[in-house]
Amino acid sequence: MNILKELKISAVLTLVLLVICCGIYPVFIFGAGQLFFPEKANGSLVYDSDGKPIASTLLAQAFTADRYFNPRPSAAGSNGYDPTSSGGSNLGSTSQSLHDAVKQRVADYRKANNLPDSQPVPADAVEASGSGLDPHISIKNALLQMPRVAKARGLNNDALKKLVDQYTDGRDFGLLGEPGVNIIKLNLALDGKYK
Amino acid sequence: MNNILGWIQLALYLGVLLLVTKPLGLYLIEVLDPRGRTWLDPLLRPVERFTYRLAGIDPEKEQSWKHYTISMLAFSLVTMLVTYLMLRLQGKLPLNPQGFANVPDHLAFNTAASFATNTNWQSYGGESTMSYLSQMVALTSQNFFSAAVGIAIAAALVRGIARHCADTIGNFWIDLVRITYYLLLPICVVFAIFLISQGMIQNFKPYDSAALTEKETVQVPKTDANGNQVKDAQGNVITVPQVIDTQSIVEGPMASQVAMKMLGTNGGGYTNANAAHPFENPTPLSNFIQMLSFIAISSAMTYYLGRMVKSPGHGWSVWAAMALMFLGGFLVCWHYETVGNPILIQLGVDPADGNMEGKEVRFGLMNSTLFATLTTDASCGAVNAMHDSFTPLGGLVPLFNIQLGEVVFGGVGAGLYGMLVFVIVAVFIAGLMVGRTPEYLGKKIQSFEVKMSMLVLLVLAMDILGFTAWACVSDWGKAGLNNQGPHGFSEMLYAFTSATGNNGSAFAGLTASTYWYDTTLAFAMLIGRFLMIVPIMAIAGSLAAKKLIPPGPGSFPVSGATFTFLLIGTVLLVGALNFLPALALGPVVEHFLMWSGKTF
Repeated sequence: MNILKELKISAVLTLVLLVICCGIYPVFIFGAGQLFFPEKANGSLVYDSDGKPIASTLLAQAFTADRYFNPRPSAAGSNGYDPTSSGGSNLGSTSQSLHDAVKQRVADYRKANNLPDSQPVPADAVEASGSGLDPHISIKNALLQMPRVAKARGLNNDALKKLVDQYTDGRDFGLLGEPGVNIIKLNLALDGKYK
Repeated sequence: MNNILGWIQLALYLGVLLLVTKPLGLYLIEVLDPRGRTWLDPLLRPVERFTYRLAGIDPEKEQSWKHYTISMLAFSLVTMLVTYLMLRLQGKLPLNPQGFANVPDHLAFNTAASFATNTNWQSYGGESTMSYLSQMVALTSQNFFSAAVGIAIAAALVRGIARHCADTIGNFWIDLVRITYYLLLPICVVFAIFLISQGMIQNFKPYDSAALTEKETVQVPKTDANGNQVKDAQGNVITVPQVIDTQSIVEGPMASQVAMKMLGTNGGGYTNANAAHPFENPTPLSNFIQMLSFIAISSAMTYYLGRMVKSPGHGWSVWAAMALMFLGGFLVCWHYETVGNPILIQLGVDPADGNMEGKEVRFGLMNSTLFATLTTDASCGAVNAMHDSFTPLGGLVPLFNIQLGEVVFGGVGAGLYGMLVFVIVAVFIAGLMVGRTPEYLGKKIQSFEVKMSMLVLLVLAMDILGFTAWACVSDWGKAGLNNQGPHGFSEMLYAFTSATGNNGSAFAGLTASTYWYDTTLAFAMLIGRFLMIVPIMAIAGSLAAKKLIPPGPGSFPVSGATFTFLLIGTVLLVGALNFLPALALGPVVEHFLMWSGKTF
C-alpha cells in the first residue's frame, strides 16, 4: 500500500467520473428535456404578444390590487417574490415579529375582502410560504377573495367561480398533496394574457 | 376528510417503499459483487473495464480494511480539493451567465466539506451564489461521490460480518465505480427526465427577466458611489423610491443535479428554498417520488444485509425497527403541525388550517411533515417546508431524528453502518442481561468491537453538544440568530446536530455564512463523517477475521420482534440519554411558552 499510488488512482478516477457524471449525464438530460418537455425544461414561461416573458406559471408574483387574486405572503428577498432569493421567513412559533406580521395581515385581509372580525382567516393567506414563490392559494382563500375580484372587474360570481375551478390544481391522482388555485394562471387569464 | 386522505397517502408511501425494497436489494447484491450480473452489463461492462484500465485499478484484487479505508480517505481528499478549487475559481470558469464571483474561502471550505461528507449543509443560497458549472460539476460530482462512498463503506461492513477468517473486505475502487455506474447513474437518468416532466428546469440559458404585470414601487436605502448607505443629519437612513418592474426567473441545469441530490440522500438544493421551491419540487407527485427516492436505497440496504449474512429475517427485523421509529416520529410531527400555533390562532387565523408558516399549499401539512420526518430520518436534508417555522414539538422531531444518529433508514450506506453499530450495542446489552458472551451472527462480540461502537456514539454526542455549547457562549454563535429565546438556542443546536449527523437541513433562519460558523460547522461535518467511518471500518476488519461459531441454544436471535424492540430501545435510550437535557432547553420549553402566549 502506497499513499501516492492511492492519490494517483483517486485523481484519474475523479477525472473519469467527472466526465461521465458531470458532463455526459447532465448534457444528456438537457437534450432529453429540450426534446420531450421544452416548455417545462425552460421554466414554464408565459409570454406576452411580443414574445417577451411576463411570468412563470410556477412562480408567484406580487398581485396586490383588488382586481387580482392576491398570492400568499412572501419572505423571498427584501420585497418578496424574488426568485433569486427564495426562502421562508424562518420565524419560529414564539417570534414577536411573526406575531406582529400575522396580526397586520389578518386585519388587512379582512378589510380588503370586507369580512367581519369573527371570520377566521385562512392560514395560507397570512402565513408566508416556504419558498416565498408558492404560486398556489387554498381554495378557501380563493373563495373568500372572489367577491372582491368580481366587484372590481364587474364580473358575476358564477363566471369567476368557473375560472377559479379551471385553474385549481387538484390532488395528483385525486390523492397526493393538497388542491390549490394557481393565481398566476388565474390572474393572467383574467387579463386575457394566459389561456 | 383531509385526515383520511393523509392516512391513505401514508399507507401508500410505506406500501410502495416495502415493494421496492426487495427488488432493489437484489439488484444491490449484483452491483456490490464484482462478478455480479445486471441487465446493463452489455452497455456498462466495457466502460467499467476501461475505467479500471485508465485508473490503474486491478479488478481482481481485494483490500484489507486499512487499505480500503485509506483508499476511501484519499479519494475523499482529492474530490474535496477539486470542489474547493472550482468554487474558489468560479469567477474565472465558464458557464457562469450571471457572473457570480469566486466563492469566499470560508464558504468554499464549508461547502466542499459539506458536499464531500454527504451533509450538503448550505451556508449560501444556490441561485444567488453558484454558477451553472459549480452546480453541475463542483457540487453534483460530490452528490455522486459521497453517496457512492457511503454505500461502499456499508457494503464493506456487511462483508466483514458475512465473512469469517478473512483478511479482506472488498475493493474500494471497484465498489465506487460499480455503485456509480450500475446503481446511481441509470436511476438518475430516468428520475431526472421524470422531474422535468413535472415542471423542473434543465437548461443553460441566463436567468429570464419577466416583465411584471403589476409594477411595484418600494423605498430602498440610498447609497453613495462606494455602496455605503447615506444617512441624514439625525443618522437616519435616507431612502429613495425604486420601481420594481421585472422578476428575475432562475434557470440552469437543475434536474440532473436534483435527481442525484435526492437519490444519494445529499439534499443540497439548487435553490435556497430547496425542495420547497416550485421549480425544485413542482407537484405533489414529484414530491412523492422524491420522498421515495431518498429512502429507497437505504431501505434496500437492509435487504442486502439480510441476504449477505444468510439471515433475511435479520434484514427485515432491522427494517421493521427503522419503519417503526419513522412512524412514531411522523405521527408526532403531523399532530403538532395540525394543532398549529395558538398565538396565531388567537389573532384570527383559521384553527382548521394548522401551521402553514413556511409550508407550501400544494404539499399541505401532511406532505410537509412527512417530508420533514423522512429527510431527517434519511440524512437527506432536503426540505420542502422550513423546519425553523415548525411548531416547537413539530420541529423537535426532525432534530431528534438526526440526534438518533441518522439510523432510521439513514443516509445511503451511512444509515446501515450506523444502525449496525447500534445492533452491536444492542447485542452486547442483551448479552450482559443474560450473562453470556455476546454473539452476533456467529461472531463473538468482544471488547474491541464494543469499544469502537462506543467511540462512534461518543463522537456523535460530543461533536453536537460540544460545538453547540461553544456557540452558545460565543459572540459569533449568538450573532447569527434569527429568533430569540429558546428558539434561538434550537437554531444553534439544530445547526451542529445537522452538521454532525451529515444531514444538511437547517433551522435556516440562522445566518451561518460567517467565518466562524462556516469553519466550525465544516469541522463538525468532517468529524461526524470520518471519525465515525474509521472505527466502523475497524469493526468490519475485526469481524471479518473472526472464526464462525455455530449457533447454540444460548445464542441471541437477531431476527424477530424481540430483537426489533431491543434495537429500537437501544437507539432511543442512547439518543434520549445524550440529548434530552438539550432538547428540554430548546423545543420543550418553547412549547410551554408558546401555549402560555409568550413571544420573543
